[in-house]
Amino acid sequence: MKIRIEHDRCRGAGQCALNAPELFDQSDDDGTVIVLDEEPSPELQDSARLAAALCPNAVIRIIESCEA
Amino acid sequence: MRATEPALSTLPTHRSCPFDPPQEYDRLREQAPVSRLAFPDGKIGWLLTRHQDVRAVLADDRFSSDRSRASSPLGRIPLRPHEPEARAGMLLTMDPPEHTRYRRMLTRYFTVRRMRALVPRIEQIVEAHLDAMERKGPPADLVTAFALPIPSLVICELLGVPYEDRAMFQRWTSTLLRLDTNEKAALAARNALRTYMLQLVAAKRAHPDDALISHLIAAQDTAEETQAELTDEELGGIARLLLVAGHETTANMLALGTYTLLSHPDQLRAMLDHPESVERAVEELLRYLTIVQFGVLRVACEDVEIAGCQIRAGETVVASLAAANRDPEHFDRPGKLDLEREFSQHVAFGHGVHQCLGQQLARVEMEVAFPALFRRFPTLRLAVPPEQVPLREDMLIYGVHALPLTWDGHSPDTLHQQTPSTGG
Ligand code: HEM
Ligand code: SF4
Repeated sequence: MKIRIEHDRCRGAGQCALNAPELFDQSDDDGTVIVLDEEPSPELQDSARLAAALCPNAVIRIIESCEA
Repeated sequence: MRATEPALSTLPTHRSCPFDPPQEYDRLREQAPVSRLAFPDGKIGWLLTRHQDVRAVLADDRFSSDRSRASSPLGRIPLRPHEPEARAGMLLTMDPPEHTRYRRMLTRYFTVRRMRALVPRIEQIVEAHLDAMERKGPPADLVTAFALPIPSLVICELLGVPYEDRAMFQRWTSTLLRLDTNEKAALAARNALRTYMLQLVAAKRAHPDDALISHLIAAQDTAEETQAELTDEELGGIARLLLVAGHETTANMLALGTYTLLSHPDQLRAMLDHPESVERAVEELLRYLTIVQFGVLRVACEDVEIAGCQIRAGETVVASLAAANRDPEHFDRPGKLDLEREFSQHVAFGHGVHQCLGQQLARVEMEVAFPALFRRFPTLRLAVPPEQVPLREDMLIYGVHALPLTWDGHSPDTLHQQTPSTGG
């Protein structure tokens, strides 16, 4: 699995950092998303999917077909 | 079929249960999910009741949040939102790129990390209010003793607004949020709030403190490239929006949420037994109660097709957050409160670029306040029959006007049996 970000669309709502803190943080400068781990290990992949589903601005794209 | 559905005269507002949105929404969602809505100004627009359509419209940049172009479904006066001094800083009613500029300036102050860092202070504030309730003894109105003061004090400290001024701004806010406020009173309240904030901004320029308004002023001195300086009107507008949005909403979730939890004692007990379940419980209360009860407005900037219906440029769309949060296509048994429900993509905070800026603050406030309240007063219960709890059907933000509660106080012979209850 790979995580891809469309950073321009991020409005810093923080759903990602709330629901998958191991994978996402928010920048101190403007509150927008920072990806901590672009290739999440298997046990974190559900959190990655959850964060993508809850992001209000469709910022987080999950590419499933990559080898983790 | 859908297009011939007769126009509704008004937005559904009649509730048959204090915790459920009007049942009319269920019928509409089934029979006319994208339905025509007649506005009091004579125009005809649309009402959306399905989760997928509500989310689609709120994430679609062909819809504008500019309220000066929208019709109001409740016949509320639009408050001349086009006047420059009324608009300045009001990111809620702006579209990108104007909206983006303000939102970018503000999000860094409301990140998950920053809001978590406030937890110790929020705990102190909550405990202090519980102490005061305990000292006075039962009964108490939870709204005035707990639900309203806690988020008011938190947002005051965050912004740098003197808490001593709360009686004034709470009154102005309540005037602005009441449905039957006439135009004169609403303008007076808004102008009073505006003048108040302008004076406060001037005071912060002269004597900066370590709170948000001063930070926004200071940030301009180091302003980067595009971020032109914020005027005092803009700073005042931002502060006004944050103050109003920051206390009434959470206050109503705390009071109505407490009432809901008291009505579901088994689930309440399970939540208290498992502290790690509180986060999930708070999400479910947000979904179940959806206090932004009349939904959010958008105006189509061009012709758009939604679920087979043609929405024309200029038409107003009401996205019903309450109806979306009870959509059986998306939520299993949506009418049931289930504090253990899995993360659910509820839209209580909206969706898309305007999704609530203060949501992480609201979450931490609730996550601290609910368990602390029930731990301090394990015998907490209504002090009046349920039908006497005054509901806020007459306000933009739903909740209860008052919540009279009682509990078993310390009579002299039980006192020694109780461990000091401040310890929790
Ligand atoms: C449980 C409590 C709350 C609820 C249910 C709530 C709900 C909402 C909703 C539905 C919106 C979107 C409006 C739209 O799309 O037109 C919104 C926006 C907003 N909320 Fe909240 N809110 C809550 C608490 C707060 C708090 C505590 C603050 C302040 C710190 C706050 C500040 C804002 C602001 C500034 C916006 C506008 C954001 C933008 O336009 O980008 N809210 N809120
Ligand atoms: S949830 Fe989406 S919009 Fe919010 S901070 Fe994360 S990536 Fe940005």
